[in-house]
Amino acid sequence: MSNNLQIVAYIIASALFILSLGGLSNQETARKGNLYGMAGMLIALTATLLGQGVSHYSLLVGVLLPGGMIGAIVASRVVMTAMPQLVAILHSFVGVAAVLVGIANYLQPNSTLVGAEATIHQLEIFIGSFIGAVTFTGSVVAFAKLQELIGSRPLLLPARHWLNLALLGITVGLGVQFMTTPLIAGLTPLLIMIAIACLLGAHLVLAIGGADMPVVISMLNSYSGWAAAAAGFMLSNDLLIITGALVGSSGAILSYIMCKAMNRSFLSVILGGFGSNSNQSLPGVDQPQGRVTATTIEDTVKLMQTAGRIIIVPGYGMAVAQAQHALAALTKLLRDRGIQVRYGIHPVAGRLPGHMNVLLAEANVPYDIVLEMDEINSDFPQTDLVLVIGANDTVNPSAIEDPNSPIAGMPVLEVWQAKTIVVLKRSLASGYAGVENPLFTKDNTRMLFGDAKSNVELILTQLNPHPVAVLT
Amino acid sequence: MTEAILTGLVVFVLASFVGFEVINKVPPTLHTPLMSGSNAISGIAVVGAMIIAGPKDTSLTVVLGLIAVVLATVNVVGGFLVTDRMLQMFKKKEVKA
Repeated sequence: MSNNLQIVAYIIASALFILSLGGLSNQETARKGNLYGMAGMLIALTATLLGQGVSHYSLLVGVLLPGGMIGAIVASRVVMTAMPQLVAILHSFVGVAAVLVGIANYLQPNSTLVGAEATIHQLEIFIGSFIGAVTFTGSVVAFAKLQELIGSRPLLLPARHWLNLALLGITVGLGVQFMTTPLIAGLTPLLIMIAIACLLGAHLVLAIGGADMPVVISMLNSYSGWAAAAAGFMLSNDLLIITGALVGSSGAILSYIMCKAMNRSFLSVILGGFGSNSNQSLPGVDQPQGRVTATTIEDTVKLMQTAGRIIIVPGYGMAVAQAQHALAALTKLLRDRGIQVRYGIHPVAGRLPGHMNVLLAEANVPYDIVLEMDEINSDFPQTDLVLVIGANDTVNPSAIEDPNSPIAGMPVLEVWQAKTIVVLKRSLASGYAGVENPLFTKDNTRMLFGDAKSNVELILTQLNPHPVAVLT
Repeated sequence: MTEAILTGLVVFVLASFVGFEVINKVPPTLHTPLMSGSNAISGIAVVGAMIIAGPKDTSLTVVLGLIAVVLATVNVVGGFLVTDRMLQMFKKKEVKA
């Protein structure tokens, strides 16, 4: 395949990727958008395989196939509650790939480059490997946190900001050394820098608490894009630059949207440590002041039978308890009886942007009753019953009422304005932000303790004396 | 080469703006599919890896490139398929529950 033909193919692929992202931003066109992306990738791969300088066909196909198979198997097996982990670990792969491309590129010196051009090329390699390494360990740590291999509470080393700065300083120092060392001898500073970037990536994500995971994931998404773009600069490959920049900027804008939803600056999220002043690990200390009214399944069922309008507010707890299917069955039952049931979704509910929507979609909850915070917040005063399932910080009234609260100013779902609120929760522990929730002690709040899934199932059986396979 | 860098930078900046514009209006419902979809697209790094792994010899660079190809392919295929799976569920919702 001639060089020109390859460039044309790359342009087509880039256009398809733009169409793909554009399509993904709309409910109607999303699937088509994904298909565009696949087509673009296919064209890009074919053009690269047939391009000049690539001749290792049998070997390349030999590694493409198992890679593709692993991907396909993982994609078909993963449960929807584990999506955040999957996305995190996939980001790490892009990071590693960028690092490997960087090292390999350095080992394969281009002798035609001299003077400033060679310097620029070295700089590209250095920066690309740095971004790749940070993406890699950052994503691995995010994965470990989401998979609960390690605790999701922020790890706060003393003077961690200084530590980050020191790591950055060393990186710059190594960069200078790398740039001034001729040829292959620069490999040592490059490898040391990669190790330090790995440390930095891990440390950055370790310091960020569980509630900020949606921001972290979209930020890592952005990084993986920049890493691909950096690889593009190294190889002077426009397709990689375009695609990397597309993904990088779209990830960045998503992070920004998430931060806005929490009323926090991007910097404060990235620097981490939110919720660190709390003492929620000590039992008893965080018991909210005031009286908590516990309730029973029977009473909840009675409330539902008399309610005309119900809003369900799910949070990460719903995902943990896998309660979405039981909830969908409950929704169907109530709607069949003419009760208005809707869902209110906070933008940062769950551990991944849009996490709740995917889970509810999986459980076949019709999407026209799943509303965003802004759409539903004004409806709470006219609502008879709100079911809060595994949500905490996103329904915390102190965000509005208490200017000294750590989450003050964060937009929340104002569930307390409804007539009655039933909170399904395991215990009275604080949410990930480690902030007490006065909602639990309000006069119109009832607490239904226990596992969300089994409680919803119990409510179902009580509501429906003749279970005609509601759960299927 | 210097020219290539400059073109690269132009392309980079323009593509970043396209990314911003395209994503700016995405509804929260689609944030997860968007994330896994764009993640699959960032697997484009596979192209870079293939260029590195391309030459017909068995040097260390080729080995590194091949490892990168495998990882990036997992990312591409896994990302696209899981996105499709999710979007399929969104589709099904038109059937009234």
